[in-house]
Formats: sequence, C-alpha cells, structure tokens
Amino acid sequence: MQSDHIIRLEKLRFAWDGQSTPLLNITSLDVARGERLFVRGASGIGKSTLLGLIAGVIAGQSGVIEVLGQSLDAKSAAARDRFRADHFGIIFQQFNLIPYLSVIENVTLACEFSDARRRKAIARSGNTTDEALRLLEHLDMADTSVIHKPVTELSVGQQQRVAAARALIGSPEILIADEPTSSMDADRRAAFIELLFRECEQAGTTLLFVSHDAGLQGLFERAIEFDRINRPANGEQQDLQQVS
Amino acid sequence: MNIGVLAIKSFRNRKLSIGLAIASISLSVALLLGVEIVRNQAKSSFASTVSGTDLIVGARGGSVNLLLYSVFRIGNPTNNIEWHSYDEIRNLTGVKWSIPLSMGDSHRGFRVIGTDDNYFEHYRYGRDRNLALTKGAWFEHEDETVLGAEVAASLGYRPGDEIVVAHGAGDESFITHDEQPFRVVGILASTGTPVDRSVHVSLDGIDRMHKDWTGADDDHNHDPLYATSPDTEHDGEEEHDEHDDTTDHAVDRNISAFMLGLDSRAAAIGLQRRINQFEDEPLSAILPGVTLLELWQIVGLVEHTLRAISLFVVVVGLSSMLIILMTSINERRREMAILRALGARPGHVFSLILGEAIAITLSGIGLGIILVYGVFLLGHGWIARQFGLFIEMNLLTPNLVYVVLLVMLIGFLIGLIPGIRMYRYSLIDGMTIRI
Repeated sequence: MQSDHIIRLEKLRFAWDGQSTPLLNITSLDVARGERLFVRGASGIGKSTLLGLIAGVIAGQSGVIEVLGQSLDAKSAAARDRFRADHFGIIFQQFNLIPYLSVIENVTLACEFSDARRRKAIARSGNTTDEALRLLEHLDMADTSVIHKPVTELSVGQQQRVAAARALIGSPEILIADEPTSSMDADRRAAFIELLFRECEQAGTTLLFVSHDAGLQGLFERAIEFDRINRPANGEQQDLQQVS
Repeated sequence: MNIGVLAIKSFRNRKLSIGLAIASISLSVALLLGVEIVRNQAKSSFASTVSGTDLIVGARGGSVNLLLYSVFRIGNPTNNIEWHSYDEIRNLTGVKWSIPLSMGDSHRGFRVIGTDDNYFEHYRYGRDRNLALTKGAWFEHEDETVLGAEVAASLGYRPGDEIVVAHGAGDESFITHDEQPFRVVGILASTGTPVDRSVHVSLDGIDRMHKDWTGADDDHNHDPLYATSPDTEHDGEEEHDEHDDTTDHAVDRNISAFMLGLDSRAAAIGLQRRINQFEDEPLSAILPGVTLLELWQIVGLVEHTLRAISLFVVVVGLSSMLIILMTSINERRREMAILRALGARPGHVFSLILGEAIAITLSGIGLGIILVYGVFLLGHGWIARQFGLFIEMNLLTPNLVYVVLLVMLIGFLIGLIPGIRMYRYSLIDGMTIRI
C-alpha cells in the first residue's frame, strides 16, 4: 500500500514560532509514484512551507510526513539534507541560478551534493557535464551560444530551463516546482511544462507542481485546491473544542 | 567542484568589494606592523645610543636629566664639575678610560661638545661600534672642529670651512664668538645617534673662545647686552661663570659631565656609590643602561598611545569587511536558499560565509605584511638618513607574530557575525527565495 505513495501526509500540522494558529493543518495527502500533481492556491497561504516540509528543509511539524516510505521525522537534520540532495529536484519561481557559475556548472551543482545523483548521471552519459548537456538539449537549450553565456544574461525562460535541467540531473525521484512559470509569458509556460512532463515521464519522476495559475490545471492529470486540503481554521476550532 | 571552489568562484564574482575590504585590512595591518617595527627599532636604537660606557657622571641632580644632556644632548646641565674632581676620579684604580664633556655652546642650532681624543677613541654606540671619520681627521688643535654627519650634511660643510660658535644652545643666541672661528678638519660617519648632530671641539677650544669672550669684559662697548644686564648671558650657563682671563690652565677648567669605562663592569655599582659620596663637590653617577630604561618608561606612554591608535585602525579596517559581508548577505540569501534546496546543510552555508571572512582577513594580513616590509626595504636608506632609525628586517619577532595572531582572531570573530546570521536565515528561509 505505502509503496504506491511516494509522498504521504497524515494529520500534518505546522506553525511558525510565535504563530497562534497553525499555518498548515492537512488531514491527509497522498502522491502516487510517477504522478504529476498540480496544487493550486493563492500566494502566502502556506504552499511553500508545505513544500519545505516535504523536502525536509523545514522541520517542527506534528503528524506524519513520509517520503519514499521513510518518515522524515525520524531523520536528523543532516540526514534530511542528504535525503533531499539524493531524491529531490527543486525549481523555484525565479533566481534559480547561482550568478557566478556557468550554465553547465549550475546544472552539475546538484551532483556536488549527492553521490547517488552523480553516479546516475555518469551511468547515463559518462560524466556529469555530458549529462547536463544532454538534459539542456532536451530542454531546447542546445544552442552553444546560449550555454556559454553568463547565466545573468539568459532570459527568464532560459534560466528556468537551466533550473529544470539541474532539478532533473541524476534522476531524483521527486521534482518539486514552486511557481516555476509565473515569470514567463503564456505560450512559453505551456511549452516549458510540456518539456518538464516529457523529462519526468522518461525518468519516471514524480512531479509536484505548485502554482496560483488555474489556467495550467488542465495540463495535469490530477489537480488539488490547496484550500481544500489545508484547513488551518478548523484546526483552531478543534483546538478550542478540545480545550473547552 | 566542491564547496571550496564554489567559495572561490563567489569570491571572484565580487572582486571589487572584496578587494576593497582586503585593501583596507592590508593598509591597517601595514600601519600596525609599521608602528610595531618602528617602535621596536626606536627602542633598540634608543638603547644603543650609548654602549660600553659603565658610568656617566655629572653635577648632583636628576639621573634622567644627566642622561639627557650628556648622551641625548637635550636640556642643560644644572651645574658644572670642577676639573680636579674629574682628574681625581679618572685616576682611580679600575677606571679604564674617561671622556670629558663640556657643553653650553652651539652652532646654528647644533650643540657644540668640548671633549678630547678619548671621545673618538672610546665612545661606543649600537653593538659596541666605534666612531669613524668619513672625511679628514680628528681635531688636534684648539681651533679645529669635527662635525657629526647630520651637521655636515644639513649645513653643507666640508673640511676646510670655517664656522662660528655661539654661546648658549639655540639659534637665537646673541653672543657669538666670531673672533675665534673653528676650522672643520673632519666629518664623522653617520651613527643614528645624537653624535650626528654634534659639533666637536677640543676643551682648549672651548677655553679659548671663552677666554677671548671674558677677556672683553674690560671693554663693554662691543657687547651691548653686557652693559645693561651683566648677568643675562650667564643665566643657565654657569659653566662659563668661573672663567677667569688670567688662568688658562686646565686645572681651573670646568666640564659638564664625563663618561667612564671601567676595567670590570661589576665594579660600576661600587664606584657609583663612591662618586655619589664624593667629598669635594656634590656629584651624581648613573649606570646608563638603568637610566635609559627609566627614560624609556616615560617615552613608553607615547608608545602605548601609538600602539592603541594603530590597533583601532585595524579594527576600523576589519569593520569595513563586516560592512561588505553584511551588505552581501541579502544578495547571497537567494544563493544560499538554492544551495539549501540542493542539499547543502546550514553548516555549509555558515562555513561559506565564515570562510570568506577568514580568506579576506588572511589575504589582508598577508598583503599588509608584504606592504610594510616592501616599504621598509625600499625606504630604509631614506629612513636612516632622515630619522637616524636603522630598520632591521627580522620578520618573526614574537611581538609581531602576536600582533598578527591578534588581528587574525579579531577577523575570525567578526566573520562569525555574518556567518551566524546567514545560518539563521538558512533555517527560517527554507524553500522560499526572498528578494
């Protein structure tokens, strides 16, 4: 049963220090292996915090978070960081790239923190640079003039594709994309998501895609309204009921 | 590419601001080290102004004052010593040599020292170094003079030139012994001591000009000051008061002080006591080493102030690093969130920032050391000529190592501030990239 679910949340509650009501109160959420899940919600309601918890960057929740059948709670901070390096690829909304590294270095940087991903990249293309080039080519970034530009001179769309290549290198099991297309124009958006789908499918990667843009919803096989699964107010009421 | 390479590439990306931080640290370190080196050298050259002399004797008075006028040629003797006292003491058993010193006249701001051949023969400075002549010879006659290196250089004198000596120290002296000029016969090599700023004549030469001057007492017309206030020119210069134109025997001569070399240094304390209890006239004898230390303690106040100031300059230099690191933090916060997402631990983030501070501090110190030694290496000839300070290039005096370590420690501590701040950010930022 559990092996079907690559991510499993149960009775998850989380509040930042000093917050009286929890930011997150999720009864349950399961993500199946290989699934492409779209989570929609306005900004500032805790989506990024949820992603941080799943990726093990943030800790301090109550309830269950299982990733790849392993409970993150049981892991030390260092072990969570290693786990994230091995099993997660992450794409942010913007500023994904380290400005002083080249395009290739930005992509292969993911292998610097994970031996597992480095090995997988080498197994695939012989070395990490060739694997980076292969992924960039798949993401329509084969043009050498683009690859040799300083990353700060790339367009937003190009930057996001470099970030996608970095998230995909070494085939991590889970790809988390937090508003990756919000700074692109509409037709670029669809193209970017298509590329992402193709790569995820090839590598069998599970995609957790978060956005406020309901227009993208149709592209995904499953979509969730963040507000539906997260009920911080209910949590508060339940607390009050329990106290009274 | 490991985390160190990442740090270096990040460094290169911000070379201007980091370069400025390194420059400000290196300049402040160079200043601090420069002050330390000059301080050490000043102290040792101060201590080596006179060497080999076991006792210095003057009229009863303060020991520091005696050292100042006899060795440093600053200030004036409070009283004089009669020749027969000097004669008695220099003939005591155990006394190897003696140098008489007679002061009270000057030539264009430089002190005139009346002495004898023993001065040239026995005066020692530095590490037991003798006086040497660059030109000419030591004086033999009463109308001859030998100049210190600085006197000759700054006034442009050469052997054969004639100079006129004025009564009293200083340029403004009205009374000049211009009827009795001295002829330059020799010029001493530079010593880096007050000898360089002295005009040396024989004791007979001193007598000669004062005899001539006092001899003019009968005819007041040539001296307008004498007519109105007969004592003016004698104030503060009692050395000449006892002069009498009828005597030109050395026996009735006065001197200001004398230096003694003994057969055995161990005898110095005994002889010092004996001189201090001298019956014929009240005398003071000092051990130059002891009094030099006493004097240095007075000078030490300035020394500590200088040191404190340069240490503050280093703190200011390091603060510029703090400012640069703190302003870069907001910009690098994104970078750190990316690294965290890739699996970097908060400790990595911390060590990246701290490592940067350490690298800046170390390069600043390194450059500062190169800078200060470069300056001293290129400029030490000029410094020696200008200030009489001989800078020795010994790199690893414990004092300097201690100073460098202190700067390093402060640099690392300052680096902890942005390091800890970034560590905290990396914990609370999580996956969000703040702009």
